[in-house]
Amino acid sequence: MSLASLDSATLFGLTGAALAGIGLFIVIAHAGLLRRIVGFNILGAGIFLVFGAAARRGAAAGFSGDPVPQAMVITGIVVAFSATALAVALLQRLFDLTGRESLDAPAAGDKQQAEP
Amino acid sequence: MTLLLDLALIAGLLALAVHVARASDDQSAIIGFIAFGLLLGVGWTRLAAIDVAMTEAAIGGGVTGMLLLRAEARLRERSSQARSAGRITKAAAAIGCTVVAAGLALAVLSFPSPAPTLAPAAAAALDATGLGNPVTAVLLAYRALDTLLEKVVLLLALLGVWSLAPDQFWGGAPELRRADAPQPFIYLARILPPFGVLIAVYMCWVGADAPGGTFQAGTVLAAMWLLVMLAGLRPAPETRRTTLRLLLVGGPVLFFTVGFLGFAVADGFLSYPEGAAKPIIVGIEAALTASIALTLGLLVAGPSGRAPVP
Amino acid sequence: MTPLAPASVHLATPGGYLLVLAVTLPVLGVLAMMVVAPRHARQVSLVTMAAGLVTALAIVVELIRTGSALTYIVGGWLPPLGIALRADGLSATMIAVTAVVITATALFARDLYALAPKTQDGRAPTTFWALLLAIWSALNAVFVGEDLFNLYVALELLTFAAVPLVCLDGRAETVAAALRYLMFALLGSLLYLLGTGLIYGSYGTLDIQTLSHLSEGGPALWVALALMIVGLLAKAALFPLHLWLPPAHAGAPAAASAVLSALVIKAPVFLILRLVLDIAPPQAAILAGQILAVLGASSILFCSVMALRQARLKLMIAYSTVAQIGYLFIVFPLAAGNEAQPPWETIAWTGGALQLVSHALAKAAMFLAAGVIAEAFGHDRIADLGGFGRVLPISAAAFGLAGLSLMGIPPSGGFIAKCLLLTAAVLNGHPWLAATILAGGLLAAGYVFRVVDRALATPAIALVAQKPIPRRLELVALVLALAAVLLGFVPLEPFGFLQLGRSGAMTAVTP
Repeated sequence: MSLASLDSATLFGLTGAALAGIGLFIVIAHAGLLRRIVGFNILGAGIFLVFGAAARRGAAAGFSGDPVPQAMVITGIVVAFSATALAVALLQRLFDLTGRESLDAPAAGDKQQAEP
Repeated sequence: MTLLLDLALIAGLLALAVHVARASDDQSAIIGFIAFGLLLGVGWTRLAAIDVAMTEAAIGGGVTGMLLLRAEARLRERSSQARSAGRITKAAAAIGCTVVAAGLALAVLSFPSPAPTLAPAAAAALDATGLGNPVTAVLLAYRALDTLLEKVVLLLALLGVWSLAPDQFWGGAPELRRADAPQPFIYLARILPPFGVLIAVYMCWVGADAPGGTFQAGTVLAAMWLLVMLAGLRPAPETRRTTLRLLLVGGPVLFFTVGFLGFAVADGFLSYPEGAAKPIIVGIEAALTASIALTLGLLVAGPSGRAPVP
Repeated sequence: MTPLAPASVHLATPGGYLLVLAVTLPVLGVLAMMVVAPRHARQVSLVTMAAGLVTALAIVVELIRTGSALTYIVGGWLPPLGIALRADGLSATMIAVTAVVITATALFARDLYALAPKTQDGRAPTTFWALLLAIWSALNAVFVGEDLFNLYVALELLTFAAVPLVCLDGRAETVAAALRYLMFALLGSLLYLLGTGLIYGSYGTLDIQTLSHLSEGGPALWVALALMIVGLLAKAALFPLHLWLPPAHAGAPAAASAVLSALVIKAPVFLILRLVLDIAPPQAAILAGQILAVLGASSILFCSVMALRQARLKLMIAYSTVAQIGYLFIVFPLAAGNEAQPPWETIAWTGGALQLVSHALAKAAMFLAAGVIAEAFGHDRIADLGGFGRVLPISAAAFGLAGLSLMGIPPSGGFIAKCLLLTAAVLNGHPWLAATILAGGLLAAGYVFRVVDRALATPAIALVAQKPIPRRLELVALVLALAAVLLGFVPLEPFGFLQLGRSGAMTAVTP
């Protein structure tokens, strides 16, 4: 039993590594901010899986996982949601003001706002 | 057999992540992400982390998905999709990210065996708290400071979102109602909430001893509240209302108060008196659940969209 | 408390509760503000300011009195299961500087928002007060944190408090700056968190003191440290990850810019210092130190030149921040230390700490002075500010005095800091670092004199302030700038207070 559970923990840990890589790629390579925000969430999910692998491997004392990293993941998920909400609100405001949804160089139409 | 299940899950997760990276439009990417969140919830059960599985499914798949879909709908009338990075940049990014992922994989594979763990320490200390669920013990006793600060993070995020309203709308209500909520949706919004509230109360109550707890319960409540507001059955509240604000800070304030009382009646800040830890923790969790539900709901609702009614 | 836990390296000290107060008091103010706002936001924040200032003072006094670090075990749960808070000499120094800068900023903002009575209760002031207090809590939490995950939460607290300040004025330009800042900050936090997960998986603890006793470091530790340091560099805006900083710090209201530039970016720098000094195995620390020094030197040179080329005053000051942060990173190879002399007994360590403090004071003074200028004339285009020194002599003086410290001209805190770093660079045989320090000073002189020259100029048409500026508003910046100059009277030798709580053996304070 212990061998199987170890294997599955490491497998999910490796999945976390791959997801972190994919999430990072989305954040770097996509210009659209909404997609980048989704990318951050996938990066976060990968990170949490690394914690999850550590938790599962740490099964002991009658617990099927180490509760400390599990609790950290719960805290992390809530923080990630807050970040997503703030980012989305900023993006909507930017869109309302300029019609843009990326941080590329501003179009000529935004220029008059550059100086107070 | 279980290995096959794990492999299928992992293949699904990776495929959905790649879909998010490659999808040509944002809506398709977001729907892929919601499926990803739900699948990840299943993945967490495979890691024997039921508390996390519930949180991930509720927040990762549910509320985050709702937030992103609403944003996508509002951004849809944009003039053009943002141009993506050039071919060379993309290739460089892909190489860089592959290196990072490989380094991570190497690090994960080099985790020592037997794995270091705090499970025995957490188990030994569990008696002092009277709780049955070790994750709740970590969140509300051993590492209560993290949880307390994270509550403040949620409130700050809300304040940040509110601050994005135009000046004349400050203190007003967020605009949530879809002009054309379809009938079945309104029907759903009438039927579901009582069950949702029941589930949330149950989750909060059993959280002390079984999987569940404030986040999971709070998220379910938030989802029900959003459903009601989106269907137009109840308006979103004005953000300047004192009762709303009292409820928002109520949970954290109670948590802080108990923390400081620890100086007087126990071993110091965030320490609970001998024997009374469990009822106190359940009380804090109840207050926090209400605060979290409101905060999450208002975070999705966004900044106020109209001027306050005098 | 738990028999299974290994003998803890932490021992609670009597004054430890002060650390709890330092972290919690300001956020209690935020909670109070959310209920009674908007009408009483200012009053609540001023009461909280007073309490926080007293707490910071008490921490410093307690540290000097006992001659050792303060420690608190939260909830009585010993690490690694629980969380410890700890303040050594460097932490206490940062707590004190934070208290001074935040209080000064609050006094400034109190008068600034009073200039427009009808907006006093509105969106921007209310948000400003709440977030200013939140930043204070977050900074203190970073400076006293001992647990890597607790520090992650503290860093996020800092991010969420800092980002909305950038776009308080609601213009599209600043919203974009805030969004870019958020992207960098989130990426930084997530990389940091990733490293934290790897360290937990490898060692089953996140307590820095426990980790500092590790002898061996596997590949996981190397990967973890690399990720964490890169993540923190993105938050600290070191070249080439600095792109987000100039628009964000220049776009924020002056009072917010002062706090962002003087304090907020110091938090990740402080954590990098702790990771390199306390956790990294020696050979990793040396490698990291060399890479960081190269980036630091590039920051100094590249961003000083960028500062010279800016047309707007606030952008110039923001680029100067990135340049000055660079000095903090060239400390690593200079303070490398050895068996006989640990890093914190070297003069470079004192120089680095002085740079941290004097830049905080000087940069806050500069941004506040720039805020007064922009408020008075309605713009901050350097070319059109000819003769502003006649209209706003106090602000011009504050700008000039703060500039002395940035350039490293005696007598000023910046002079002592750069002098110590220069001496260390020469003594340790790093000629190119010595050259960078000198070049950075010259470039700083260039951009500071550009503004001073405008202040003293006599334009054909005399400059007139568009609105009256109360004297008190200007005085805040002057006091901060004077404080930065007065730091120059710190003795030129390793400073005892900064070594408190390091290596455990230090018990006496040598003033």
